[in-house]
Parts: sequence; C-alpha cells; structure tokens
Amino acid sequence: MTIDDLLQSSGEWLAGGGPMGDVVISSRVRLARNVEGFPFLSRATAEQRRNIEQLLFQAIHACDFGRQTFYVNIEKSEPVDRQLLVERHLISRQHADGEGCRGVAISPTETLSLMINEEDHLRMQVLRRGMNLDEAWNEIMLVDRTLEPAVDFAFHKQYGYLTACPTNVGTGLRVSVMLHLPALKLTNELEKMFRAARDMRLAVRGLYGEGTEAIGDFFQVSNQITLGQSEEEILDSFKMNVIPSIVNYERQARTMLKTDKSAALQDRVWRALGLLQNARAISTDEALYLLSHLRLGIVLECVKHIDLQTISELFIATQSAHLQKRSGHLLDDQGRSVARAELIRDRLARYRPGEN
Amino acid sequence: MLCQMCKKRTATVHLTDLLKDEKHERHLCEECASAEGVAVKQNVSLNDVLNSFLASQSSVQAMAHLKCPECGITFMEFRNQGLLGCPHDYDAFEQPLEALIARAQDGHVRHAGKSPGQVIEVDPVQQERQRLQRELREAVQCEDYEQAAKLRDRLEELKRP
Repeated sequence: MTIDDLLQSSGEWLAGGGPMGDVVISSRVRLARNVEGFPFLSRATAEQRRNIEQLLFQAIHACDFGRQTFYVNIEKSEPVDRQLLVERHLISRQHADGEGCRGVAISPTETLSLMINEEDHLRMQVLRRGMNLDEAWNEIMLVDRTLEPAVDFAFHKQYGYLTACPTNVGTGLRVSVMLHLPALKLTNELEKMFRAARDMRLAVRGLYGEGTEAIGDFFQVSNQITLGQSEEEILDSFKMNVIPSIVNYERQARTMLKTDKSAALQDRVWRALGLLQNARAISTDEALYLLSHLRLGIVLECVKHIDLQTISELFIATQSAHLQKRSGHLLDDQGRSVARAELIRDRLARYRPGEN
Repeated sequence: MLCQMCKKRTATVHLTDLLKDEKHERHLCEECASAEGVAVKQNVSLNDVLNSFLASQSSVQAMAHLKCPECGITFMEFRNQGLLGCPHDYDAFEQPLEALIARAQDGHVRHAGKSPGQVIEVDPVQQERQRLQRELREAVQCEDYEQAAKLRDRLEELKRP
C-alpha cells in the first residue's frame, strides 16, 4: 500500500457515522513513548535519530499488526504527500514540518498510525469514527502491549512514562474527541461550553489541533492533564461526563433551532446547498463553512435526499493536498478553488434541486 | 473599561503578553482572567511579596547552575525551548522541574497510571452496565419512574448471556 492508495478509500473513520455520529466526528487516543538509552530528539544527533527510527521500525515490523502497516519516510516525502497525511489526521502538522530522519507506520484501515521521531521517539495513535473511545483504547493497548516487551521505554518511578515535554509526562495519554457544533455556534452558546471545558482542564482546539482555528464549526476537545490520573480516569471523564454533556447541549440547541427558528435554519441550509451546487470557485474555509451547514441540515432532516457519507467524504476530498493529488499536478490558490468547486458540484450533481 | 472577553464586567486585570517581541495588551475582568489561568490574588501583604521575591532570586540562582550530566542541557536552556534534553533531566532538575510540572499538571507530581508490562482494558459491556446503573440512580432521584423502568429493562437485557 502507498500514499496514492489512500485517495481511493475514505478510511474507516472518515466515512462518518458511528456512535453519537450526529455530533461526534471521531475519537482519538494517543500515547507518547521514548526509548530508554537515547536522548530526547532536540538533543539527538542525526545518527541517534536514525538508530531510534531503525529500532522502532524493526520492533513494529516484528509483530502481527506491524506487518500489515505501510511505512512512509516523511523526511523523503514530497510536501504534498505530507500535507495529505495531515489532512487525513494520520500525522501531526509538526511531524510534517519537522526536520531530520522521521516516519510513520499506517494501518490499511487508517485507524492506527505510529509516528516515529515526532516530538517524542514514538507517538502511537488510534482513531475511531463517532464516540468510541473504548475500542480506540483497546486497540492502542494491544499495540502498546505488543511493543513493550520488544522496546525499553523510558519510565520513571515517580513521573511514569517520560516525555520530551513535561506536559505529556506520566501516562503520555492524550484523548481527543472531534465534535461538530454548528447549533451551539448559531445560538451563541459556544463560549459557555468552552468555559466549562477549561474549568475541567480540557483544551478546545480547531480541526487540525494545536494552533489551528475552528473552521466550519469543528472542535477538538482534549485533556491537558497527563499526570496524577490513571488512563481509565482520563478516559472515563470523557465518556461519562464531558462528551455526553456537550452532545446533549448541541442536540438541545439543534432542536431549538428546528422548532423555534425553522425558517431561518431552512434558509441557511438550502442557501449552503445552492452555493455548493453552483459555485465556480470556492476556498477551503468557505467550503468547510457551507458543508458544515449542509451537514446540520441533513442531520436535522431538513435535507433528506443527500446522505451524510457524501458530505463526510467531501470534507476531506476538498482539502488542498487531496485536490492536488487527484488532479495529478500542483495547483495554485486559484486553481485549487476552481478544482474544489468542480469536485463539489460533481459529487452533488446527482442530488438535483426540488427533490426534497 | 469593559472586559475584552465577556464584554460585561469591568476590566481589572491588565496583561501584557510578549509574543515574538510584539506586545499584546489584554484587559480582562477577574472572572475571565482566572478562566484564562491567570491567578488573581487579593490582599497580598508586603511580607509575602518580599518572601516570594527572595525565594525567586535564590531559586533563579540555583536553577542557573542546574545542568544534566548526561545530555548537558541546562535548566535555563530547557525553559527557553520548552523541551527536555534526555530522560535523566527529570532527576537532574529535581525541585524546579517538579514545581513546573505541578503547575502544568494541575498540582500533580506523581504518576497514577499503568507501568510497563501492565495492560488496562475496558470491557464495553461492563462500561455500559455502569453507565445504566448511574442513570438509573439519577432517574430514581429525580422521581422519573418511566425512565427508570426503561433503564432497568436495558440492564436486565445486559444480564442475559
């Protein structure tokens, strides 16, 4: 399998759906680990980086799940390929933009990715569609359990798993849940939700994590505390508390929009569809914004003739690197806007107006 | 002046952030400032100020001398780049690092999770049962007996093999 094959599939989790799929796009767990006997990467020589990569690559490929993964040498990849992996959430932006010997092992279903030489020597992550932290956690435990006998991970009796940045030390566990919250945005209730999240020491970020803005009403909620709580406690606070209550607020706001502001909602949704079906040039941000409103309209059954999966796929397919890979050559801003509009019109062509 | 965040209360906390050598001023009310993680302390005595000043002076001096014997990074270098040099730094930087970790980790300085070789798995059925039991308790407390009956039925279903 290669990067180009990724374009043909939409990945298990990118297709949309899953538990609480009306609000929760995806669940992700990530574990940070470092190999004992090596410095962290900011202090590692080029040779040490290569040795770490070798060691981890071999350990991964020595086990069952690892043999099924395909490996991408990020250092030697084209920028557009790196960008494609970022757009699919298989690597972080930091990993794409980093320097030196580094790579990623990806499972064919794209649910598992193992980044080598990112900020830490190894960052394992598992993704699931919808709210499904249990399955994601069990899969990552399987990977961790398989690798641990083969690799000596740096572990401290007081601090637990050691990481380059002390904000990850302890469990090394970062749980992130991606949410679609258009109704809370439209009813100006987001700030309340953010404040509650901050009180619980959770970070709220945009679509692509750290330092990115929330475009198209997508938000990533993740834990900031990695020390002093067990893995189960961290997961439980998401499963029992944080996510169900945010999902509840969003659903209430949606019901309110549908009953009390039906005309305004219908107008917004159908305008979005009209623009998407007719625009000749469209930016990433505008596409995300309009697709977000269309998605809300589909979930609330204002628009009944378009399926959610078409929209979920468009969210990814309209991103810059995906457009360029599909067209077969690099495109400038304007070229991308035109190609994006074409792709959206093409995918939505079979849903002609007046079918609702 | 009104708080820039809530735009309701009066701004009493004035912050100057230095980002890439550019000054950014923010004016917040106390509540928004503490939500932003800026602690607002009232009625500080001169004694407290002096003590913390002296403490910070001596700890700054102590920190300047801290250096990891393994990788050679100094505590100041770590503070500047935000990343540690090697696993041994956690022992080499002792107190100042522990204080910093406590601040970043909501007061925690001790790992409470799994150790190498230990496996933690979640059983989705067990989890679902716990969730239903909790909701059942809540429903009974709220005297929502219709909901409670539904939850009890679902719990019964889970018990069947």
